Parts: sequence; structure tokens; C-alpha cells
Amino acid sequence: MPDTWVFIEESEGAPSQLGLELLTKARSLGPTTAMYLGTGSDEAFATLGEYGAERVFHIDAGDALPGAPVAAAISDLAGQHDVRLILFGQAYTDRDVAGGLAVRLGTGVLSNSADVRLTDSGVETDHEIFGGTQIATAAIGGDGPFLVLVRPKSFAAEASGGGAPEVQQVDLPDVGVAGATIVERHVEEHEGPQLEGADVVVSGGRGLGGAEYFEIIENVAKKLGAATGATRAIVDAGWVPYAMQVGQTGKTVKPSVYIACGISGAMQHLVGMKDSGTIIAINKDPDAPIFGVADLGVVGDVHRILPKLLETLNSR
Amino acid sequence: MQVTVCVKQIPDPASPYQLEPDTHWLVRPDEQILDETDRYGVEMGLQLAQENEGTVSLVSMGPAGSMQGIRQALAMGADEATIIDDTELKGSDALATARVLGAAISSKGFDLVIAGTESTDGYSGVAPQMLAEVLGVPCLTYVTEVSVDDGKVTVHRQTDAGYDVVEADLPAVIAVTAGVVEPRYPTFKGIMQAKKKPVETKTVGDLGVEVDVDQIVTSITDAPERSGGEKIEDEGEAHLRIIELLERKKVI
Ligand SMILES: Cc1cc2nc3c(=O)[nH]c(=O)nc-3n(C[C@H](O)[C@H](O)[C@H](O)COP(=O)(O)OP(=O)(O)OC[C@H]3O[C@@H](n4cnc5c(N)ncnc54)[C@H](O)[C@@H]3O)c2cc1C
Ligand SMILES: Nc1ncnc2c1ncn2[C@@H]1O[C@H](COP(=O)(O)O)[C@@H](O)[C@H]1O
Repeated sequence: MPDTWVFIEESEGAPSQLGLELLTKARSLGPTTAMYLGTGSDEAFATLGEYGAERVFHIDAGDALPGAPVAAAISDLAGQHDVRLILFGQAYTDRDVAGGLAVRLGTGVLSNSADVRLTDSGVETDHEIFGGTQIATAAIGGDGPFLVLVRPKSFAAEASGGGAPEVQQVDLPDVGVAGATIVERHVEEHEGPQLEGADVVVSGGRGLGGAEYFEIIENVAKKLGAATGATRAIVDAGWVPYAMQVGQTGKTVKPSVYIACGISGAMQHLVGMKDSGTIIAINKDPDAPIFGVADLGVVGDVHRILPKLLETLNSR
Repeated sequence: MQVTVCVKQIPDPASPYQLEPDTHWLVRPDEQILDETDRYGVEMGLQLAQENEGTVSLVSMGPAGSMQGIRQALAMGADEATIIDDTELKGSDALATARVLGAAISSKGFDLVIAGTESTDGYSGVAPQMLAEVLGVPCLTYVTEVSVDDGKVTVHRQTDAGYDVVEADLPAVIAVTAGVVEPRYPTFKGIMQAKKKPVETKTVGDLGVEVDVDQIVTSITDAPERSGGEKIEDEGEAHLRIIELLERKKVI
């Protein structure tokens, strides 16, 4: 039976959560190999085994921008093994590697997938379109390898209790062109819980009116032990860092409570948060699309409601 | 320096998108606009060309139609455009797009190619990396800042945790995010000049590329709907309703 491969990035010394979600899915489809990009460690490999990887190809790209050289390495590996499906996350480096690999293998990439199925004739994927109101099913026929990019949180990560995988070190091939090099890495400081894993998220949008008003979002979030999120509009405007963006090009969150303040609810924002347990929205426009997904919609002014909310929380 | 900006014409997102019933392809009206995402690439291209005594060419694949979108980019200040319009390209995926754009770009020569991070209508987000691979040059993605100096491009590349500074030798492809620069609005003079700027239309045959698209959309179904719940008007006490719900959900 041909393998399913999963591309997994290291995040703070361990396999990324997204990678573990994909491994969980992959092992339901058959034998599974992890392609692990990062420094690597016995603990990290053991975690990959616990989530179902029987084999690990360990790739360390060092300071090379991974996209092109890692695509070349995987393309070589794919030529030597029987692989039917290669799963990637809808994430920055995953997208780069998948794109480069697609050209090398001469096959398309199914992007933004919410589910993936192997069929008798090929592969089938589901995609949420029009802000998640409809599902488009796409297909590619043949024997593969098929390249699929899966949105975060499409599958729940669950350990299978697998043992230590077989680990093979993979060298980066010389791709023959000058590559791109990472010369500095900047980590933005942030307080409070990580956005992706947070149980409560308080987000702000352009309706806040200015960067200085984001502070109230932070204060409410701190009071609730919540992470802070943002729309692309205010990230692009430079009010808050990119790492806080929720949505199609940003992070996908699934907290038990999501509070949207001054956010219109554009479809690119909705795809990143509409699967939250309970959604509370504050917007002064009664027709704002965000109300279409809100369990509690408050038509009103954030500048009047948020200070009172904070005051009440502080007095408890 | 020769800068090429990839620009896509798309149906105006302000009106609801329609799909063709049999193929599920997006209906593309004659009047398409410049993808908002690509306005950032055009602006970046114009700024870099000005600093480095360069020119800005546009390349676009898809039905030319009235060329409104292309003219919008020319009106911002780009020098010329090539548009690849061929019925054979209907339903193209990102790989076919990258091959076609790649053939058009390499036939004209380039130092720097600029694309958007993802298009508004297709949002596969993989076209720029594929294009770089087709052209055999490095690709710097999620770019939030760019500078070009001495045959080298240096960018800030957005990451999950912050950003990396990344360098590569030219020629290269970069994919810029919205927000990288503030796109200019065309002036009246720019709009008048755009009407006279050279726009070359090509077919797949002219470029000598083969395209086959293996990806098809088999069905469109309604997603399980998440319906809105209660909607209340704030009359000074709405924050208490929020508190109540947070208590019920055991957040507080
Ligand atoms: C390819 C692509 C990818 C994208 N990816 C993302 C993404 O990942 N994440 C994302 O968020 N967006 C994304 N976008 C952008 C998206 O389309 C919207 O432009 C964006 O989400 C709008 O942000 P906003 O709600 O803050 O601003 P707006 O749409 O301007 O909404 C502001 C809202 O605030 C309300 N308001 C104003 N004043 C007040 C007040 N005093 N009190 C209460 N309410 C008030 C208004 O009624 C309005 O509804 C993407 C777009 C494209 C094309
Ligand atoms: N048909 C096209 N013509 C010109 N540029 C394109 C086309 N399709 C994609 N691009 C470029 O590639 C970027 C990413 O597109 P996509 O892969 O569709 O998300 C866009 O922002 C454009 O700059």
C-alpha cells in the first residue's frame, strides 16, 4: 500500500500542532511518513511516532529559506518511494514547499482543503467557499503523488500510542540556483495565551477607530485570560503585529468563546473563526455580516460598551 | 532594473460571485477590475523601479475583456502590459498559471518579479512559488518590506512568531502582502496616459507552453449553516448581557 506523507514544521523544538493534526488524519489513510523540518530531537521524533508516523525523514534547512531546497529534497525522495498523497498545512513554509514541489512533480496543488479522501480514481478534497456557506469538492485523478494543503483545525490531533519511528536524515540537494538565506529572525514579544490554542479570544477590527483603542481589547482579554486577535484591516494598518491576524491568510482559531469587536465579518475573516463555540459580536451596523454567525450580537458602539464591560469585570 | 508585476483581473468582489453550472468555474464578466491584492505589488514595483532606474511591466493571464483592470494598473504608472488570453486556459489551476506566466516573463527578461500573496478570487497562494520554480530563481514570500541594492533583494518575511530578514541575489520572485506599501490612486493624467500605453495580447501558442489542467471541481453543496442567534440593541446595559453569557459559558 502506498504511503501518505505529511510535511511537519518544528515549532519551539516540537512538531507543530498543525503537523500533529495532519498526522492523525494521515494514519487513518494507511502507512504514514513524517517529513520533519527543523533541528530535530529524540523527543520530537518520539512525538511523531506517538501520533502515527512509522518513518521520519528529517530535514534541517539551517539558514536557507526552506521553500525551494526542501521541495527539491522531497521531490527526490518521492522518486525513490511509493507515495500516493502528500499533506501540507495551510501555513507559510508549507505553501512554499508545496508550490515548488508541484512544479518538480508536474502536478497541481489542492489548496485550502477542509477534508481529504483517497478514492479509486484519485484524490478528492473539500473546500469551504463563499465564507464557508458552501463546500466545493475538487478532484485530481491518477496515482499521485497528490499534493494537498489542509487548513488548520480541520482535524483534531489525537495520539495513537505508536512507538519510536525509523528516522532517516535527508540532505538538501544542490538545486543549482542561488537560494534565499535567512539572515535574521525576529520573534515578536507577546503576553497571554497563544492565539491558536486559546480557549477565549477577544478580537478587534477597524471599528475600533485607531491603534490607541486596541488597548481596551488587551485589557478585556487580560481579564478573561484570553488571547487577542485582529482583522487584516488593522494588521495592514500597522495597529497590531501580523501574528495576531485571524482569518484566511492569518490564524485559524476555534476557542470556546470568540468576541469580535468592531469587525464587519468579511468572508476571509469568518473562515478563521466561525467554528468557535460561542461567538459574541459588537458592531454598530445592524446589517454587519458578523451577526450572521454571532450567538449574541450587540448592535452598538464599541467605545461605549467595552469600557463598561471592562469596568464590570474589574469590579467582580 | 526590469521589474515585472503579476496582476490579475477579477470580477468585482462587491457583487456576489457566480459559478458556471456545469464546470463550477467562476463567471468572468467582460468588465473585470484589478485585484486589490495586486495594487500593492504594482505600487512596490513602481517605487523600486524609481529608486533603481527601472521599468515596470505587467503580466496577466485570463480573459482580457475590456481590460479595465490592466488599465487601472497602467494608470498607476506601469509602463506596459502583456496579457495572455486564450480559451484553452479556462479553468486553469495555479500550476498552469505559473507555467504560462513564467513563459511570458522569461521571453521578455526580468530582474525582479512581484506577485501578491494570494489572489482574491482564487486564493491558492501557491502561484508565486510555482512561478519562481518555473523561472529557476529564488522565491521570497509573505514580504512586508523590500529593498534592492547591488543586485540583491532583502525583505522582511512574515512568520508565525514575527518576521525573518531574508536575502537573495537577483533575479528573484517576491510575493508581497497587502500593507507592504500604500498604493497610490491614479491621477487624471495617469488615466489618460494609460489608454496609450502598449498592451500586448498573446495566446498559449505564441508562448509555446503546454498546459493541461488535472484539477476539476466535481460538486458544490451547501455547508451546514451556522445561524445567527440573538441580536440586541445596546441601550446602555448590553455589557451585562455579555457578562451573563460569559458566566454561563464559565469563562468568568
Ligand atoms: C485574499 C484576501 C485574504 C484576506 N485575509 C484576511 C484574513 O486573514 N483576516 C481578515 O480579517 N481579513 C482578511 N481579508 C480582508 C477582509 O476582506 C476584510 O477587508 C477585513 O476582514 C475587514 O476588517 P474589519 O472588519 O476590521 O474592517 P471593516 O470591514 O472596515 O469593518 C469595520 C466594522 O466596524 C464597525 N464599526 C465602525 N465603528 C464602530 C464602532 N464605533 N462601534 C462598533 N462597530 C463599529 C463597522 O460597522 C464595520 O462593520 C482578506 C482579503 C483578501 C482579499
Ligand atoms: N491569472 C493571473 N495573472 C496574473 N497574475 C496572477 C494570476 N494568478 C495569480 N497571479 C499572481 O499570483 C498571486 C497569488 O495568486 P493565487 O496563487 O491565485 O493565490 C496573485 O496575487 C497574482 O499576483
